[in-house]
Amino acid sequence: MEAKVIRYSPWVMHFNAGACNGCDIEVLAALTPFFDPERLGVKLAPNPRHADIIVVTGALNKKAAERLRRLYDQTPSPKFVIACGACAISGGVFTDSYPLISRADKAVPVDVYVPGCPPRPEAVLYGIKRLLDKLGG
Amino acid sequence: MALVEIPIGPQHPALHEPIMLKVRTDGEDVVEVTVNTGYNHRGIEKILEKNSWVRGMYIAGRVCGICNAVHVQTYVQGVEKLMGVEPPPRANYIRTIVMELERIHSHILISAVMAEITGFATLFMLMMRDRERVMYLKELVTGNRVHADIHTFGGVKRDLDEVRRSRILDELEKVEERLKYYKRVFETDYTIVRRLSEVGRIRKSEALRLSVVGPTLRGSGVKSDVRFEDPYAAYSEIPFNPVYRDEGDSWARMMVRLDEALESVGIVRHALERLPQGPAVPKAVPRAAKPGEVFSRVEAPRGELIYHIVSTGGTNPYRVKIRTPSFLNILNTESTYLGHRLADVPVIFASYDPCVSCTERVLVVDERSGRRTYMSLRELARVGSK
Repeated sequence: MEAKVIRYSPWVMHFNAGACNGCDIEVLAALTPFFDPERLGVKLAPNPRHADIIVVTGALNKKAAERLRRLYDQTPSPKFVIACGACAISGGVFTDSYPLISRADKAVPVDVYVPGCPPRPEAVLYGIKRLLDKLGG
Repeated sequence: MALVEIPIGPQHPALHEPIMLKVRTDGEDVVEVTVNTGYNHRGIEKILEKNSWVRGMYIAGRVCGICNAVHVQTYVQGVEKLMGVEPPPRANYIRTIVMELERIHSHILISAVMAEITGFATLFMLMMRDRERVMYLKELVTGNRVHADIHTFGGVKRDLDEVRRSRILDELEKVEERLKYYKRVFETDYTIVRRLSEVGRIRKSEALRLSVVGPTLRGSGVKSDVRFEDPYAAYSEIPFNPVYRDEGDSWARMMVRLDEALESVGIVRHALERLPQGPAVPKAVPRAAKPGEVFSRVEAPRGELIYHIVSTGGTNPYRVKIRTPSFLNILNTESTYLGHRLADVPVIFASYDPCVSCTERVLVVDERSGRRTYMSLRELARVGSK
């Protein structure tokens, strides 16, 4: 499978699509030395053109969804999306609010869902690990 | 030379939050900055109206993940007045402990981000490592790392036992030691001092005119802190020193935060040592509030946070208006970027400790008429500044 090429160095780009920051600080914490993601080859990519995995947090609002689609198009294939937190999965406490699309998978195809409000950093890393396992690592 | 427009964000490695700064530059010099928001609008005030008072506690906390406990505190202390319940002293102390732990981790976080922006990646990693200690302490008190959700009407949801109390006191020693070290780094490191001082200066009169709040205001030498002016929770019983600086530049704002974090360690320690006995967890949570309206304010890590709650009786609020500190700090400070170099823009922006998820509730941004609403948003910011 072509996707195997990323399994030793999956670079992660994080996009906040209308989150409360809770998931964002946990994703940020997951990418720092206490949890040491670099043992899995995971590194924070500053640019969608360098990224392999997009971590989406937050209940998507309409303006951010457009931006997310654009970032997804800018990311080179093979590319994967992790929806992180209750809001990106179902809208969380913000479900049915007027500006929201509420689900990341309505904007881009999602490969892994990490539940939690917010998910612990361990859970975020576990989500990435599951994705890598799925790729035949 | 022609002006060049450079968009920073909404997806940017340094900011982690969706906001867009449109920077117009002449060569390296910044001539105009416009802030473009709306990527994080979630309609929170509307869903607060649609849900009950009790559910509102969880929604208020999710305005912002970094300063969630202060949001819940502001909401809960306002609703408690409408419901006519009073939290017991022990609950007030536990609330104070959670809020101060949150202030410590918030201030470490923004200092770490600042270190990263100035190109000091090692310091960022070290600070994030030590921030985990504070997150662990928060988890010991509340059971959650980020969303504390410990407040309830008339008390807290979870009491603090002796084992965890002494554990927190031990761990605080290490946190304090590290904070003192980071303060020394920010004070003495040549690169950081050169990079931050004289950058993004706001004079005292200007700070008042722009109506900035929190460390941004105190960094400009204005003595304003809700914890002193209008004590809430247990602040009236806990001694601590106000932190002010006169320089008014980015460096002063960062130093105010680090000093405040050290003060917060003292507050947590004092509160833990003098934790009153008695109940903290209420037996029953009231569901309905009397008609009336209440104005409630607390000092969030980023400044003064205001909730205006209107009740017409019953189990749902009629209106909840939230005024967050970042709303003023981000939108009113566009002018402070002017005349600086392009490389200083992220530094100035980070020195306001921007919290985008706090800012974006009231602004209706419709994708189709985005341009027009955006203009009125800027006018709104102007009105707020006069």
